[in-house]
Amino acid sequence: MDLIVFLVFAGVAVVAAINVVVQRHPISSAVSLIAVMGSLAVLYLLLGAEFIAAAQVIVYAGAVMVLFVFVIMLLNAGGETKAGRSFVASRLGVPVLVALLALLAFFTACIYPHDTQVHFGGFRGGTAEAVGRALFTTYLLPFEITSILILIAIVGAIVLARKELE
Amino acid sequence: MDSFIVISLIKIFVVFGALLTILAYLQWVERKLIAHIQVRPGPYRVGPHGLLQPLADIIKLITKEDLVPPYVNKTLYLAAPFLAVTMALLSISVIPFGPAIPVFGYHTFMQLTDLNFGVLFILGISSMGVYGIALAGWSSNNKYALLGGLRSSAQMISYELPLSLAIAAPLLISNTLSLRKLVDTQDGWMWNWNLFHGFQYVSFVIFIIAGFAETNRVPFDLPEAENELVAGFHTEYSSMKFALFFMAEYANMITVSCMATLLFLGGWVAPWPAKFGSGYVPVVIFAIAGVVTIWRGLNPRRNRDRYTFAPFGVVFLGVAAVFLVPLTQSALLPLFWFCAKTGAILFLFIWIRGTLPRFRYDQLMGFAWKVLFPVAMLNLMATGLAIAAFS
Repeated sequence: MDLIVFLVFAGVAVVAAINVVVQRHPISSAVSLIAVMGSLAVLYLLLGAEFIAAAQVIVYAGAVMVLFVFVIMLLNAGGETKAGRSFVASRLGVPVLVALLALLAFFTACIYPHDTQVHFGGFRGGTAEAVGRALFTTYLLPFEITSILILIAIVGAIVLARKELE
Repeated sequence: MDSFIVISLIKIFVVFGALLTILAYLQWVERKLIAHIQVRPGPYRVGPHGLLQPLADIIKLITKEDLVPPYVNKTLYLAAPFLAVTMALLSISVIPFGPAIPVFGYHTFMQLTDLNFGVLFILGISSMGVYGIALAGWSSNNKYALLGGLRSSAQMISYELPLSLAIAAPLLISNTLSLRKLVDTQDGWMWNWNLFHGFQYVSFVIFIIAGFAETNRVPFDLPEAENELVAGFHTEYSSMKFALFFMAEYANMITVSCMATLLFLGGWVAPWPAKFGSGYVPVVIFAIAGVVTIWRGLNPRRNRDRYTFAPFGVVFLGVAAVFLVPLTQSALLPLFWFCAKTGAILFLFIWIRGTLPRFRYDQLMGFAWKVLFPVAMLNLMATGLAIAAFS
């Protein structure tokens, strides 16, 4: 059961991710990206990381992508025109991609032996309580530094926006 | 395992059947209430007091011509209403209506699934709901629809922040993300409800205001402001696809009301414990209704009241008797309180629609960012400090 759900949503994630690149219109790409985020959330849920799954949907699919879609709608961006492909890209693209995937699979198989396979439902530390405890004890410093980083980003965005107004 | 699947299927049919019926009749209730606020009778012709009006509306919407304009982006245009309605209906699957009840020897919760992050699930699902509206507005290829979609997505992102902050405060008090445990912490007397915990009425008011904005209801219904945008994001939609948007709006309203009930009003818990007689409240209410209607039927003002009022009085008395049977009592009493509280908030939704005018768009955004968000932030900080100080 877990395996079927995994295969379905992993497949959806991969197909939608390819679709993000293939689609010409920015809105279609954005919608595909939402599908990727949603399937990733399901994969997190399968692994027992329920809080991460919920955060993935709320933050990425529900807030970041809404902003993307909003901006695309606001700019009224049209479809991209097909650019002439370079000789190297059209001949070498697919072989290089296959080689890269093969290398990745080879190294993964080398580094991780068989007995450390993922077990669905084996991990139980993904609840909101566990994540909260980890964030506020073990990883307190990175957590606080990240929040300062985000604050800097917000201030920077406002400064940039004001500069444009003047 | 097998009995689990069977029971789940039965529960799904019961809950969704009830939900869809309530959706259809909520619209009748709204039309009637607005009509009475404006001193007119409202729907009156189809069935007694227009009671069959929802049925007539459904038949009309299904049989109407389903028009797809030639200039739309077809895939997204067709997907948008389904996305909106799916996301709106999904939230009901984690909402608990009552405690565990025995059904033919099985103990089952009055809830479809008990997630231990139910609150987060509802937040996530409701934040996905905006895509239905935004994509509908964009794919229609119509400037009014696009403006409606833009307004809606900006409004929903803005009001999601105060909404989440307002939800966080009662969660701090109850110390759980499970909707079921949330209700369990509010058991007992009325002052155990999160609403009456210190200054939590502030969170409640913020939640209700942001909830109105999230569901695009008056006074925040800018996305479908008819005097500026024709019909807003659903301008190009007709027949059943239009009805799906309508259903989504009402389903979202029900979800927000259920959430307010669970977070602040103690869910299915009675205002005072059963040993002080809270179990007899529905009996008394239905018995009074039954006696009054029977008395009206025996002393009719109009001739036909003799035949219509008396049977209804008997039905009311029957319902009162059902609430006295111990077997059904355990399931019906929580349901009664849950429906009473949710219904009260739904009434508030409709009442406000009949009362308040619409915001101007800059006022709406200014209110979200300059008033509601800081107040919600301060409220959350104060709640955290209070909990740290007193526990």
